[in-house]
Amino acid sequence: MSLSVSIRHRLGDFELDTAFESQGRLTALFGPSGSGKTSVVNAIGGLIRPRGARIVADGRVLVDTDERLFLPAHRRRIGYVFQDARLLPHLTVSQNLRYGRFFTPKAERYADMATIVELLGIGHLMERKPGQLSGGEKQRVAIGRALVASPRLILMDEPLASLDQARRAEILPYLERLRDETRVPIVYVSHSVAEVARLATDIIVMAEGKVRAAGPAERVLHHLDVPSLEGQRADIVSVLRLAIAGHDQPAGLTRLRTEDGGEWIVPHFSGAAGDGVRLIVRARDVMIATKRPEGLSALNIVPCRIAGIEALDQGEMLATLDAEGQRLAARVTRHSADRLSLRPGMEVFAVVKAVSVEHG
Amino acid sequence: MDWLALSPDEWVAVRLSIWVATWATVISLPFGILIALALARGNFPGKSLLNGLVHLPLILPPVVTGYLLLLTFGRRAPLGQFFEQYLGIVFSFRWTGAALAGGIMAFPLMVRAIRLSIEGVDARLEQAAGTLGASPVWVFLTVTLPLILPGIIAGMILSFAKAIGEFGATITFVSNIPGQTQTLPSAIYTFTQVPDGGPGAMRLTLVAIAVAMAALLASEFFARRVARRMAS
Repeated sequence: MSLSVSIRHRLGDFELDTAFESQGRLTALFGPSGSGKTSVVNAIGGLIRPRGARIVADGRVLVDTDERLFLPAHRRRIGYVFQDARLLPHLTVSQNLRYGRFFTPKAERYADMATIVELLGIGHLMERKPGQLSGGEKQRVAIGRALVASPRLILMDEPLASLDQARRAEILPYLERLRDETRVPIVYVSHSVAEVARLATDIIVMAEGKVRAAGPAERVLHHLDVPSLEGQRADIVSVLRLAIAGHDQPAGLTRLRTEDGGEWIVPHFSGAAGDGVRLIVRARDVMIATKRPEGLSALNIVPCRIAGIEALDQGEMLATLDAEGQRLAARVTRHSADRLSLRPGMEVFAVVKAVSVEHG
Repeated sequence: MDWLALSPDEWVAVRLSIWVATWATVISLPFGILIALALARGNFPGKSLLNGLVHLPLILPPVVTGYLLLLTFGRRAPLGQFFEQYLGIVFSFRWTGAALAGGIMAFPLMVRAIRLSIEGVDARLEQAAGTLGASPVWVFLTVTLPLILPGIIAGMILSFAKAIGEFGATITFVSNIPGQTQTLPSAIYTFTQVPDGGPGAMRLTLVAIAVAMAALLASEFFARRVARRMAS
């Protein structure tokens, strides 16, 4: 699946001028609110008619203003999960789920409703009306409804934004399974670094209606401190790709290993040895030591080489570390960087507490 | 309580009224929905004019509406001739004319009820249905229509009640012929014009009150259901 988007559009004072391509399974449109993310997905979904645009999904031209071509939303077969689920209030959950399939040509119905219901854990809700569902349940049904229609692409516009922390945690694993177990590519709008780091395979960073960065998630996440995203700096993260090496049940730990043989230790979570895991490490949780520290409670002491070091602002530096083949970002004060004379090429140790990392 | 029993002639008037009001409501319904849609959603030149035209029968003296109907739908009038020639429908001095007069007088009430319920529909739900593959016609049939159904029913009830009681335009347009165009209010009027008409007028008045009250209560009930559906 490839998605190619180029949009010029004006909304009042706001000017959208965006172009990007993505092949990802889950492409995150990331940026502060008001950066034009929603307008982009609305243009892909056919909910707005941009002044100038060419949008091609999987070789199918959806919009080409030069050719005066505009496919209406109902003929695009693109699922849309809205921030506010928008379930049809007069239909039951079961009827909502089946709604889109009715309009899908028989030959193109690939989705299996039973599998989707199982995947989203909504089997017990089938006979209820949307008014009787919690926010998290509504959003799961909305995701299911989009999937059952056998879309060629799914758009999700901040699907977790209207939910509290607990409900988000409830839905995130389903989104991960969706990304990994279905073959529908997803375009996911979010302004949360944590969500994007956990879910995205590819990231488009937007600000003020323009694309600021685009590419595979691991690469883009290291460069999120572009000046336009200052508010997001506290959240610079690294995503490591690891595999489960084994579990230490009595100690309540899980061991992970990198491709290069490095080892990470995190609090226990279930999974079979060999399963791939994405580890999310916040840059502010990474300490740098010039000698291997001893007598420390932190479980992860990883030998690294400093690949680059740059100023974040007056008092802070961001060091990019090459940790056994993985990129790891560390935030340190300028004072510490000077005291330890950190510079590119230097061999150091990254220290990360096991309890500070997240996996996804 | 014997005096409460309706005489055969009174029954004829009541039945004719119900018959006329039913036709008036059923025939005007599709037009009512279309015009309510245009007024609620449309954006076209002359929208205020259309709105004014629809509401005119509510404001004009009914006798004026009746006279205008006579001028346009009478046997010699252009529209009247058209209907007679091509559809075989004659309006003047027939029950069909009473239905037409009742329908037109009740039209503003019907359009108003339906328009309000359309304006209460969350357009974002219709948008969501579109992303699921439903064309605009399907969206209307499967989302808009079910959501405004209580409003449509309320509009029909109001229209029925108004048409059953319509007097001024009806008597001007189709006169007051027993068994043909003498509806409930015309019959009451006739009773008030003759000596000893009192008990008959009272009986029919009670019928009129009962019908109006039932219609209002039913309309209230359905309006509440609209509100409940929209809230969920």
